[in-house]
Amino acid sequence: MTSLFEEITTTSSDIPIKRITLTLNGRSRTVNVEPRLLLAHLIRQGFKLTGTHTGCDTTNCGACTVLVDGTPVKSCTMLAVQADGHDVMTVEGLAGPSELHPIQEGFKDEHGLQCGFCTPGMMLTSKALLDRNPDPTEDEVRWALSGNLCRCTGYQNIVKAVLWAAERLRDEDEGGGEA
Amino acid sequence: MVLDEIKIGGLGASRLRVEDNRFIRGKGNYVDDIVLPGMLHMEILRSPVAHARIKSIDTSKAWNIPGVRLVLTGEMMAARNLAWMPTLSYDTQAVLATDKVRFQGQEVAAVIADDPYIAKDGCEAIVVEYESLPVIVNPDQARAADAPVIRDDKANQTDNVVFNWEVGDKAGTDAAFARADHVSKIEMHYPRSHPSPIETCGSIADFDRATSKLTVYMTSQAPHIIRAAVALVAELPEHMIRIVSPDIGGGFGNKVPVYPGYVVSILASILLEKPVKWIEDKSGNLISTGFARDIYLKGELALRNDGKILGVRMHTDSDHGAFFSDAQPSKFKIGLLHAAFACYDVPVAHLTAQGVYTNKAPGGVAYRCSFRITEAMFFQERMVQAAADELGVDQAEFRRMNFVRDDDFPHRTAFGFLTDSGQYAKCLDVGLEAIGYEDFLKEKEEAKKRGRLLGLGISTMTEPLGAGNSREYDILGIKMFDSAELRVHMTGKALLRTGAKTQGQGHETTWAQIVAHELGIPAADVVIEEGDTDTAPFGMGTYASRSTPVAGAAVAMAARKIRAKSRKLAAHLLEASEEDIEWELGRFYLRGAPERGVTIQECAMAAYSNMPDGMEPGLENVAYYDPPNLTWPFGCYIVTVEVDPETGVWDVLRVVAVDDCGVRINPMIVEGQIMGGLTEAYAMANMQFITFDEEGNCIGGNYTDYLLPTAWETPGYELHEVVTPCPHHPIGAKGIGECATVGGPAAYVNAVMDALKDYGVRNVDMPLLPDRVYKAITERTDVSGAPPVRME
Repeated sequence: MTSLFEEITTTSSDIPIKRITLTLNGRSRTVNVEPRLLLAHLIRQGFKLTGTHTGCDTTNCGACTVLVDGTPVKSCTMLAVQADGHDVMTVEGLAGPSELHPIQEGFKDEHGLQCGFCTPGMMLTSKALLDRNPDPTEDEVRWALSGNLCRCTGYQNIVKAVLWAAERLRDEDEGGGEA
Repeated sequence: MVLDEIKIGGLGASRLRVEDNRFIRGKGNYVDDIVLPGMLHMEILRSPVAHARIKSIDTSKAWNIPGVRLVLTGEMMAARNLAWMPTLSYDTQAVLATDKVRFQGQEVAAVIADDPYIAKDGCEAIVVEYESLPVIVNPDQARAADAPVIRDDKANQTDNVVFNWEVGDKAGTDAAFARADHVSKIEMHYPRSHPSPIETCGSIADFDRATSKLTVYMTSQAPHIIRAAVALVAELPEHMIRIVSPDIGGGFGNKVPVYPGYVVSILASILLEKPVKWIEDKSGNLISTGFARDIYLKGELALRNDGKILGVRMHTDSDHGAFFSDAQPSKFKIGLLHAAFACYDVPVAHLTAQGVYTNKAPGGVAYRCSFRITEAMFFQERMVQAAADELGVDQAEFRRMNFVRDDDFPHRTAFGFLTDSGQYAKCLDVGLEAIGYEDFLKEKEEAKKRGRLLGLGISTMTEPLGAGNSREYDILGIKMFDSAELRVHMTGKALLRTGAKTQGQGHETTWAQIVAHELGIPAADVVIEEGDTDTAPFGMGTYASRSTPVAGAAVAMAARKIRAKSRKLAAHLLEASEEDIEWELGRFYLRGAPERGVTIQECAMAAYSNMPDGMEPGLENVAYYDPPNLTWPFGCYIVTVEVDPETGVWDVLRVVAVDDCGVRINPMIVEGQIMGGLTEAYAMANMQFITFDEEGNCIGGNYTDYLLPTAWETPGYELHEVVTPCPHHPIGAKGIGECATVGGPAAYVNAVMDALKDYGVRNVDMPLLPDRVYKAITERTDVSGAPPVRME
């Protein structure tokens, strides 16, 4: 990995390089980064996880949303060094290689996406919501998603997707409890 | 047993989307996701001022930064005859500025470096000395006697007028106005807006000296047009140019034009012989790339006292920014603005239009519409409401009285368009029934007694979608047709490529449904590819709701050619004469002996393994389709609102949409398109606009100034349908992706104006910001939104 990071950090010797360790999608990663490197760019260019998109560079659109210790964070305005010692989840960490998280299934089933660019951020914000509130109302879903912009869908199907996933997750929990 | 078309994912199936399988996993492949070996990164330096002469550019500090590989300026572009490029409207546009900058955000220099951070450092190290010039931000300023000539680069340009244009019957219209019982007049500004897909524009140019091939991965809604443009402008051989549009994070018209960044990245790659990636930041996208609208209307209706429209007179002043680069394929300078009033039986009409240069970003694009259609239908429906109110005629009845009747098709409009189908009154009735029209009027009166302001707005319109036909629509002379290439493999699985390019519309799902409908091959057995000019048949791309009307028709025609050949194969396999072969979905059989048949899959195998003597082997075909006419969907949008007179804030109570887009290929996707359009309509009515101050500073260069609706404000939608098949489309479909964006804004605005009727307010310009509505209520006045705005 080190050579890759040379590509996105400056070669100028007067800029200090910082070593950080974070957990990314369940795996511990230690890297050298330039202090000004943004978390979104570390994830995309450094770790080559391109499901995290950058849309507005100003914390408005939410396409770059990842979960840091379970909380949605817009990774385009968080420095990589700030993630040192923290747990980061991206869309690639939502489910195993051959599985889908119910939120992913819900977005497909309810036609909750069109161009797909905002979708990873939407799904991660949704996950954080359902983790703390398994049975949200429509208004609670709309409020929770209000930091993530979508230009294609008009949100109605995104809201339905999250409610669909909430129901599926509650069913799974009940099923698990009985078994 | 006949196949169940819905089960195989055919026409009318709400088939879940194939492309979602990668998007929900974060496995989309957008241009910024592509990494090529040795790739460098480009950043553009933009002008901070709106109008200034460039006195000097000092790039020496940028060159000295480690990791900077190339710094390009206008002078260096000029040395290669690339400082200026032709626009899609036969004007020229600066690639990198040489003499002056003409709008804030204009491209001045570019830095190519080892990583994007260093490229940004390089831009910051460039020193540009500007000498300020007077700034123009609206048509009145542009026409002033002492106005500076913005385009002094053009030899024959002595003022700021881009064009004067007219259409219709002036004398006849004047006569109609002379004998009218009443003339209704209204003026308004449709504000400048930006399509603003969440993904910005970008490109990776990769010139390979060894093969002389230039590959460009880019955010283009029309890759073949880009290939043609690069071949013609850069004089590179067309077969050595490959344009690839990977997944696109939304387009909405923003990704049709050729932007300076693309051109500079191509030159940089040729000079450096390395791949060069340019990814625009959001501010760059909002302040420099294709804006939309920015047009002023003076509208007049000649009326009979009972509400019958006798004539229409319109004048528009459009603001084109610094370069006339409208991205539109029509022969009409004002796009399809004169499609206004197409759903009404108007005897005579006349339109005059003037376009002007200003010190604002160039590049009018058709933001989720055919060019100027959104303005046309907004003006139409605002004029209709004002007229109905003045005459005291019920707004629904006014429309019903003036609609073109169901038995009056084909209908030639007063401006010369030919509409071909629709059930306008029925759509309106479905909408009124759904909203509970009579009950709402009572509720509104009751609420008024308690000091509450309720309003109901209607917008009904038919719009021409799906450029072309080729007689009237072209881009740089290239006719507006489209294409599909269908290859059926020996096992009956298939590969389909088209000249369109999906950006969220779901082509990978819906094109397969058309194949399933025509051939009985399950949709799941058809894979779709688009966007690579080396493999896709030549087509004009996706915008103007043209995919289904044109490329979708080509898919059906290609499939029909496959079916025709398969019929010959079936006759051979059944040892019968072709005339005795009958077709049912997915299967040929012998007339009179339906148990003796062969499936389309068996025909496919025969095409490779058992063809009759003399038959060309294989089973594939390309169809090019030139539609006989545009398609004419109809939309009826009804919105109810409550306005808070204390604050000017208005809330949407209900939104009812009745759309008639003919036969629906995939109802789920159609409804998704409509809801997206309704939201952009809401955005324009409520919050979304780009304006300028006296100095030409763009107010709206980021998402804290340029407001997009979130899930929280966005209303819920109630959708209804009427189906009037398109008479000329092979499967009866019409365009739909843009209807609600086009027809929607007037419904929201009419609703608020309806609520404000008792205050003597006739017009508040969009967006209906609370301060504007508050001013209208408290001062009982119309409110203009034209720039410049005063920044406090």
